[in-house]
Amino acid sequence: MSIEVRIPTILRQYTGGEKAVVGAGGTLAEVFEDLESRHPGLRERLVDDKGLRRFVNVYLNDEDVRFLGGLETSVTDGDNVTVLPAVAGG
Amino acid sequence: MVTAPACQQRSTVRACGEMPGPPPYAVRVLLIDKATYDAIVAHARRDHPDEACGVVAGLAGSDRPERFVPMVNAARSPTFYEFDSHDLLSLYREMDARDEEPVVVYHSHTATEAYPSRTDISLAQEPGAHYVLVSTREPDTEEFRSFRIVDGEVSEEEVRVVAALDEVDAGTAG
Repeated sequence: MSIEVRIPTILRQYTGGEKAVVGAGGTLAEVFEDLESRHPGLRERLVDDKGLRRFVNVYLNDEDVRFLGGLETSVTDGDNVTVLPAVAGG
Repeated sequence: MVTAPACQQRSTVRACGEMPGPPPYAVRVLLIDKATYDAIVAHARRDHPDEACGVVAGLAGSDRPERFVPMVNAARSPTFYEFDSHDLLSLYREMDARDEEPVVVYHSHTATEAYPSRTDISLAQEPGAHYVLVSTREPDTEEFRSFRIVDGEVSEEEVRVVAALDEVDAGTAG
């Protein structure tokens, strides 16, 4: 399983400046675990105890994974995952 | 007051041979053309009393806000804004395809001053952007201010409104 994960500017400090990295796994959670082994610190910026962080948007291909299965969303070879920080405030 | 070394000033960035590119946070002025400025204010007025939001995209690394992109405030709230999730993906894909970045991220405050709220500061995740705040609390006069928000630190910067960005470039060339 080879899943491309696109990384936003603010998180490229964890990927050596790379805009996209490749992870493996059958679910989004597993892909993030796999990425953590090579890019320590990244996972904590994406998930907390309750699941995906509220102000981090993760998309599987064109869909926000919140409307799919969240971290348990299944991924398959060739899928694209995009991480984007929410643009939000008060 | 510390003056930036000449090589970090906007007009002479290219003369700074040892630096790998324009320094991301050394530029302390937002240069914006009048039409874009007016469009941001008009959007803020139109959505009042809800907060309005959007970006002005520009070529990556250029620090030139050139393409005005008003966004929907998915929160439709007078005290909160958030880009719609699907629109956000479309926006970033489009910017990627055009080699752009969000040079300006703007939103309005409709009852308070044009200064980043605690929420704005804690959620700011574009350290390279000029965060523009417009207040529409007064019906006849608007406040338009710009800030950097990096690691929870806010620094205000000068806003310089020009007729056209190209005129400024012509004026500082050579």
